[in-house]
Amino acid sequence: MTAALRVFVVGGAISYRALFNWITPGMYVTTMLGSPLFQILFFVYLGRYAGTQDDDFFVVGNAIQIAAMSGIYGMTMGIANERQYGTLQPLLATPANRLAIFAGRALPFVANGLVVSAFGFAMSWLILDFRPAEGSVPSLVLAVTVTTGSCVALGMLIGSLGLRARDVFFGANLVYFLMLLVCGVKIANEDLPGWLGAIGRCLPLTHGIEAARELADGAALGDVAGLLWTEALIGLGYAAAAYVLFRVFEAEGRRRASLETY
Amino acid sequence: MSLRLFWIGWLFHLKNLTNSMFFVLVSVLQPVIFASIAFFMFESGNRTGTLLYAALGAGLMGIWSATLFGSGGAIQWQRWQGTLEILVGAPPPFLATLLPLTIATATIGIYSVVGTLAWGRLFFGTPLDFAHPLQVAIAIPATVLSLGALGLLLASTFILYRNANAFANLLEYPVWLATGLLVPLTFLPSWVGPIAWVLSPTWGMTAIREAALGGSAWVEIGMCIGLGIVYLALGSVALRNFERLARSRATLSLT
Repeated sequence: MTAALRVFVVGGAISYRALFNWITPGMYVTTMLGSPLFQILFFVYLGRYAGTQDDDFFVVGNAIQIAAMSGIYGMTMGIANERQYGTLQPLLATPANRLAIFAGRALPFVANGLVVSAFGFAMSWLILDFRPAEGSVPSLVLAVTVTTGSCVALGMLIGSLGLRARDVFFGANLVYFLMLLVCGVKIANEDLPGWLGAIGRCLPLTHGIEAARELADGAALGDVAGLLWTEALIGLGYAAAAYVLFRVFEAEGRRRASLETY
Repeated sequence: MSLRLFWIGWLFHLKNLTNSMFFVLVSVLQPVIFASIAFFMFESGNRTGTLLYAALGAGLMGIWSATLFGSGGAIQWQRWQGTLEILVGAPPPFLATLLPLTIATATIGIYSVVGTLAWGRLFFGTPLDFAHPLQVAIAIPATVLSLGALGLLLASTFILYRNANAFANLLEYPVWLATGLLVPLTFLPSWVGPIAWVLSPTWGMTAIREAALGGSAWVEIGMCIGLGIVYLALGSVALRNFERLARSRATLSLT
């Protein structure tokens, strides 16, 4: 148990730090903070022009969605880069607990997503006069944490596919952009055609954003518990699927001696 | 000789970029998704008659993204691939080999315009009745050429910045917003206006919309071409400066 915990904490921290081998502070600030801020502004102004929803709708939706960038891309890289950089074989040759290896990589991205989302909310408060209901901030933090965790789980699934797929980043990009469309970030789920809305309800973000919007509007945590539980369960489902895929591809890779072949 | 070099270089880079999944994503899939978002938002906000407006705006967004990511990292990519020294050492001026690349990055953005118009027509019933087809046919290449020249300026200045790719990420949304591609400039703070005027996508977008929706686009087409010439002049100065510094410091292949 102690060894697994150590792998979970230390392994996760090292994996996260490894990303900064090529992500410089300048790149982090522009990509993880600058670009998301302009995304919020872009959609707030587009919303004003379209006359579809008020500013708060776009602020909450986008400020949570930008956390998905860290969750999906970061987690995809956290797993798939092991294969790309040639460290997958040594990693899988160790007797370390696979669940600890896998889950440990997720934790820094959840924390990172929270930072990015908090920055988005703070800047919206400063620039766009966004004012959530009094006392709603702790509940909003919970909603963002659950939603970010759920997005990280989806990132895990895509990352696991990266153990087999040739170009996993194309898939990660595609999923990320589709989530903008179907997860209620810019368009309320009920305004989408039924089938698109149904896809959105099976993905992370949708329920979390809906819960956060209600919380920011003054709802009590208990009122949105159902939405948050649904978001958490969706995340757990993706995490479980990701872990199963990871183990299947590991076993297949060993059997065919194809762990790092493309 | 120069025309042949331009044609061969442009064609080569166009084929090369078309084979890249990243550029397929940036120039086809991403604009189509953004067009869909705009269509749904305009529909639910009861902004009728704006579907063609949204389709053209999302198409131009794709041209900007392709130019930004393609040209912004153009020199860096040549450096990573080990072809930079060959291009700089070749007899033609470096400008003559780089310009076809930056114009090719803007050209693949045409996929965006075609993609968003076709998507809008097929799934949202967007009317494709262009008020002045001839002006549309001139405005689109003029926009592409001026963005290609802007791409040259980006390529020759981004190279001085180590995190050019990150800088490119930062510039995507602000230019979409400041050039009125989907949100009219009248909805933005007044200080955005002067920024918009020196960016050719503003004039390109206005030209294409005027030509498509009714009105005269000739002034805007002229502005596009004029700005393109200014970008070309600034880009060639910056490029000469980069080449001189890289040669004198022996840093051409160093990242």
